[in-house]
Amino acid sequence: MLMVVIITAGAYVLASLGSQSRIPANIVPFLVLVLGLLLGAHVVVRRLAPDSDPILLPTAALLNGIGYVVIAGLDEKLAAAQATWTAIGVIAFVLTLVVVKRPRDLERYRYTFALGGILLLLLPLFPVIGRTVNGSRIWVAFGPISFQPGEIAKVVLAIFFAAYLADQRELIATSVWKVGPFRLPDPKYLGPVLVAWAVTLLVMVYQKDLGSSLLFFALFIVMLWVATQRTSFLVIGFSLFGAGAYFAWRSFTHVQTRVNIWLDPWRNPAGDGYQIIQSMFAMAFGGVTGTGLGLGGGVRIPASENDFIFAVIAEELGLAGGALVLIAYLLMVGSGLRIATRAEHAFDKLLATGLTLLLGLQAFIIVAGVLRVLPLTGVTLPFVSYGGSSLVVNYVLLALLLRISDQGERARVPVSEMAVVA
Amino acid sequence: MNRNIRRLGAVIIGLYLVLFVKLNWIQVVQKHSLDTNPLNTAQVRRDYNLPRGSISSADGALLAQSIANPDRTSEFDRIRVYPEGDLFGQITGYFSFTFGSAAVERQYNDELAGTTFDQQVSGFADLFVARENVGNLSVTVRKDVQQTARDALGDRAGSVVALDPRSGDLLAFWSWPSYDPNAISTLDSKAANENWRQLNSAPGNPLRSHQFQDRYFPGSTFKVVTGGIGLQTGRVTDVDPSYPFATSYTAKNTTLPIKNFGGEVCGGTLPEILKTSCNSAFAEMGAETIGADDMVAGAADWGFNSAPPIDLPGAVRSVFPTDVANNAAKLAQSSIGQNDVQASPLQMALVAAGVANGGTIMKPHVLAEVRNSQGEVVKSYTPTPWLHPMTDVFAATMRQDMIGVVQGGTAVGMQIPGFEVGGKTGTAQLGTTPPRSHTWIMGFAGPPGQPPTVAIAVVVLDQSGANESTGGVVAAPIAKAVLTAALRAQGFMN
Repeated sequence: MLMVVIITAGAYVLASLGSQSRIPANIVPFLVLVLGLLLGAHVVVRRLAPDSDPILLPTAALLNGIGYVVIAGLDEKLAAAQATWTAIGVIAFVLTLVVVKRPRDLERYRYTFALGGILLLLLPLFPVIGRTVNGSRIWVAFGPISFQPGEIAKVVLAIFFAAYLADQRELIATSVWKVGPFRLPDPKYLGPVLVAWAVTLLVMVYQKDLGSSLLFFALFIVMLWVATQRTSFLVIGFSLFGAGAYFAWRSFTHVQTRVNIWLDPWRNPAGDGYQIIQSMFAMAFGGVTGTGLGLGGGVRIPASENDFIFAVIAEELGLAGGALVLIAYLLMVGSGLRIATRAEHAFDKLLATGLTLLLGLQAFIIVAGVLRVLPLTGVTLPFVSYGGSSLVVNYVLLALLLRISDQGERARVPVSEMAVVA
Repeated sequence: MNRNIRRLGAVIIGLYLVLFVKLNWIQVVQKHSLDTNPLNTAQVRRDYNLPRGSISSADGALLAQSIANPDRTSEFDRIRVYPEGDLFGQITGYFSFTFGSAAVERQYNDELAGTTFDQQVSGFADLFVARENVGNLSVTVRKDVQQTARDALGDRAGSVVALDPRSGDLLAFWSWPSYDPNAISTLDSKAANENWRQLNSAPGNPLRSHQFQDRYFPGSTFKVVTGGIGLQTGRVTDVDPSYPFATSYTAKNTTLPIKNFGGEVCGGTLPEILKTSCNSAFAEMGAETIGADDMVAGAADWGFNSAPPIDLPGAVRSVFPTDVANNAAKLAQSSIGQNDVQASPLQMALVAAGVANGGTIMKPHVLAEVRNSQGEVVKSYTPTPWLHPMTDVFAATMRQDMIGVVQGGTAVGMQIPGFEVGGKTGTAQLGTTPPRSHTWIMGFAGPPGQPPTVAIAVVVLDQSGANESTGGVVAAPIAKAVLTAALRAQGFMN
């Protein structure tokens, strides 16, 4: 953890030296505020969840730190806001650890979570508070504060899925609804999740939030597969996904636009393809070692502080920095899934899997979009991108994972050993 | 469930491997082709963001400098600013990431950026000292003289070139219309594009440095070249031949007479015909006394048909026709600066400079020296001869004859009390109705009894009238003002 603090502070000073040839005047308050917060969070974890995974928080803090430094290089004002959101995120992280003493407390409120999740998703569609930004109606605004409730909904609905599937997985797995040669799960037992899932997807598609739709679809299918251990669900799920994607491509112009840019950005390099082309130029310019922090031309890329922050990192820190970020996510995914395997209860396992998947898959979707592996769908890069809702929710997600981890490890330690340790 | 969770982990690792491979593909394999893509401005931006030295005038006025960009969100760390605006636009040029660079910014790009071999080597010794390895450049042009040229020419289209004939140092290098390099170097690419478009379609083409990138009929100023060739070939002296007093000259085997201005009768020896700018006499001198071969060769000796080796890009070559051997009428017309003869204002200033400097034309240049950030000179200009069209003795003769033109000829408007001034006017008729012409004057000035210290050429374009006195009336006051300013700058005057 201390290493992360030193790396982040060093990177911030370097970035400032690089772009302005001077050590930032606000380095002291910066260190006290952001890094003090992260250290504070670390201390809280050691007190409230002493047996939890030791990798997740430092890794998240490192990503958060890299993101902050890169954002500061792009725009000081955004960086100040990001620091505030980090503070709120860390507070939310601590509160989650305090409030959620046992993961299974959450299991009891599954339907509340389901309703709440869907309601949160629907919020932006209401008049007055709803806002359309960049073609997606996923924002709500109360006065000066605006956020994306969908970010919260993802976690909330993951909790619902985990709770429901933990309960019903035996039934879903064994009951079979034969349609011709296909053996499908009985819709009777799958009902509530199917409804929640369908409603969610409809809302997200209606809001033109392609990235979240994709993430959510995958989340549901994978959790179902893990819960029931039936590979046929995976096959059916991804066939459905293929059909859905084809349908979306045929019927929505905004989907067609995204796919066309993905296939051939050079067709309109000054228009549609500008963002992705500038991003590729930036990354190529960075090469293996990068241009140095604060020395990139990232401002040229639209949404460089958000969807395209990975391109800026890859430019300024080169292949080395880009790979480091990818490894950081893999480390977090590894830790998250290890927590899932070591958890005792089905709900804990499923929730840990779901939350890990949310994190790892969201990072994959946006990086794949930036690298033109997949069509670009705008989601944030967890912990790195500029954006309050995403940052706060990811800290909550982290706290839940740590809580499950703590629970799981504690169950494994024999009572006699505990006494000795105590 | 754990088995599936582990499988999931393997799948995610696989997905991330794909990302890693693609990242390598973009940053390593495709790096070169992406970096060199014409749509990619990263390289240009990096050059633009490099530190860059300043440009100053000979009298210490700041002409160009790079300052920190106040807009922190911009991708550019620096802006190039030109405090003197259009007064020095044609000398400094612009430095734009969209339109490249021009003039000194282009010619001395490496010196300004500190990337010449010498600068790099001296920079290597300072590897551990934090400072910018740039070159601050000073030019030979003086702001006070340049400003005088500008004020004297006013809003008339034309050019003023003044130089020190002894060294080739340009002292004033002005033409109108000019442009403000700030308009093109601005980081606001939208504004830069609009300004660029406007400047390119503006009347008079302000982006051209007319004083050395455009050429005009030199008219009677060319008679100095014809007379100079006559002297150098030994066929003309101050006393012989004496050309017949006539109103016109008709070349052999032709019918078209070359008339004197206003049907005047003129003739006589070289000093006399230069004073009166006698067309008939110089036409005969070129066509008969000198002849086609020596006229063509002599014009080349004076710099015609080649571009002056000025240290700025894009100098135009002046023209003397080479197909005159069997065309006596054309040779006769060319000998008085008509027909196909064309000269840049710089070329005519160099002709005057050659006469003033004992028959040797020095290479014209704007670079004075380059200093590093510690103020040490890393490069300075060494005066170099370009052409030697006439020997010292003949040059002295022509100098006296040109002084005569100022003392009692068409160029009396150039007289500066207390100084020796020589000159020659020119009026190149444009053949329009009502008559209009390019009015010229060229000459030199210096303290009495010493070699002249300033040479000059002035052209004012498209003036009303076609009388030989027009050149003297319109252009002489400009030349006088600029010569005076230059002499004052050289310390010969209080």
